[in-house]
Amino acid sequence: MSFLELDRVAKQFGAQTVVDDFSLTVGKGEFVSFLGPSGCGKTTTLQMIAGFLDPTRGAIRLEGHDLTVVQPAKRGLGIVFQSYALFPHMTAAENVAFGLEMRRVPRSECSERVRATLAMVGLAGYEERYPRRMSGGQQQRVALARALVIRPSVLLLDEPLSNLDAKLREEMQIELRQIQRNLGTTTILVTHDQNEAMSLSDRIVVMSQGRIEQIGTPQETYERPASAFVSQFLGKTNDFAATIDRTATPGQLIAGSWSAPAPAGLAGPVTVSIRPERIGFGDAGLAAKIVTRIFQGNHWLFQCESECGAVIVIRQNDGQPQPAEGEAVRLAWRPEDMSLRRAGGAA
Amino acid sequence: MSAAPATDGRDARTAWLLTAPALMLFVGVLVIPLAMTVMLSFHDWGQYKGIEPVFILKNWHEVATDPYFAEMFWRTFRIALLTTLITAVLGAPEAYILNRMSGRWKSFFLLVILGPLLISVVARTLGWALLFGGNNGLVNKLLMSLGLIGSPLPFMFTETGIVIALAHVMMPFMVLSVWAALQRVDPQIENAALSLGAGPFTIIRRIVLPQIMPGVLSGAIIVFSLSASAFATPAIIGGRRLKVAATLAYDEFLNTLNWPLGAAVAVLLLVALVLIVVGSNALIERRYAEVFR
Repeated sequence: MSFLELDRVAKQFGAQTVVDDFSLTVGKGEFVSFLGPSGCGKTTTLQMIAGFLDPTRGAIRLEGHDLTVVQPAKRGLGIVFQSYALFPHMTAAENVAFGLEMRRVPRSECSERVRATLAMVGLAGYEERYPRRMSGGQQQRVALARALVIRPSVLLLDEPLSNLDAKLREEMQIELRQIQRNLGTTTILVTHDQNEAMSLSDRIVVMSQGRIEQIGTPQETYERPASAFVSQFLGKTNDFAATIDRTATPGQLIAGSWSAPAPAGLAGPVTVSIRPERIGFGDAGLAAKIVTRIFQGNHWLFQCESECGAVIVIRQNDGQPQPAEGEAVRLAWRPEDMSLRRAGGAA
Repeated sequence: MSAAPATDGRDARTAWLLTAPALMLFVGVLVIPLAMTVMLSFHDWGQYKGIEPVFILKNWHEVATDPYFAEMFWRTFRIALLTTLITAVLGAPEAYILNRMSGRWKSFFLLVILGPLLISVVARTLGWALLFGGNNGLVNKLLMSLGLIGSPLPFMFTETGIVIALAHVMMPFMVLSVWAALQRVDPQIENAALSLGAGPFTIIRRIVLPQIMPGVLSGAIIVFSLSASAFATPAIIGGRRLKVAATLAYDEFLNTLNWPLGAAVAVLLLVALVLIVVGSNALIERRYAEVFR
């Protein structure tokens, strides 16, 4: 199953550890994203896979063979760079053909593959254009075609969509996913954009300060964040302090004057974490007052002040009347929508 | 931009007024002396009568027909061309290596390369003269002790010597020009080529060199025109025995006192240089128009 394997990989620059204890197995045809804020070590990890950097410790294996002993030029990986790094003195077709030339692919086969790959990324007819005469989106497609035409064992994408405007980025996300599905190329995407990671990936590796915070499907990482960092980084979330009282039976989860039956497990001070879209307005629950109400088209955003601090609530705009600013409300949620962590620590 | 004609006129007047000081300086110190030099080249001159302000083609006829002048000009451009080639062949890799150096080393070596610009041309060339200095010069001693040559090579009063000294003087211009071109190259581009399977030599030849070529060529234009019109270096290394166009004009002016003939030589050098520079610039721009804009 494991196609690409990173085994306790670490990278140090001098005394500074940029990536530490990074272990991951990627299946064939899988789409994995490295997600994290800038400086979390995601690009460094990608560069170690590409071979532009050597890991300080650990092993990288592709189909069971050690990749770190292979020259970057011989690894046969396709890479799309953030800046695209197209060759400005070559036409689109020459850019795409470069990798095939290096592989000494016969001329007729080469031109056929270049034509087909450019057509696949939607650039048929742009063969003779120079990169500087193309839009950002078109350059991005040339970069993708250049990486794919060599039929790479792994496709590495380094923030490929971050230089595009929002609408184009969404289009490219869908297209990228379709192309990847059709070709079945194992793909690793580096991004700081959680939406991009979630809409594209089979699995997400959330990173912070050189370490893996969580590996999981987009749903897992969103619904069951393994740490405070993950829950804060992926989407909006409400955190507030509470205590679990085990002296009562059944145990009680208490925050101010609000209480609920406590789930099994934890005791003492805890952090309660709930996604804003999972909170509803009910007859019973945490007492709060609506401070501001913002209309955002398909949903309403409420900022509420409760006795446990500020709480954000998101309600679908389903046509139902919504509470007004200044109104006193009760915030309610299903017990399974709430996650509890020991206060200050991981789950 | 659709300004009314009235304001257009005032804008133009303001523009003229603002540029007037610079324009007057330009006309006063460049255009007028140049025009006077051109006029001078058509005047007559005699050993005993001096300069006669008449309009004749005598000097131009002499420059055009006497093989002595042809030899001078060929030598001038041969030296300039060789100097340009040497600075390009050495300077482009130098700039490339410099660009890949990190922090402190980069600034140190940049200073070393720019060093020649901080020293007077005369002092620098006299330094070379000391190094060359006949059969006992340091360069010859070194080459002989290394066993590279059996007998001393003549450097002083030879084209070889002039080219070596000029190449040293001109190197910063080439390095800076290539350096500027390298700044525009995407730092990831070599990694991109590497990931596609290109070896280091292929990356240089197919990816880096084509992109810095405009820098090399504009550096070449600067070096060529400066070398062809250089005076101090050929004057000290070449002396009276090996004249180039600039030292020839100088000698006509100050030794023979044949100002009109010297003016003709100077004007011819200027015209030839302008033609070469403008011509090659147009060629370069046409060649790279598609790619670099």
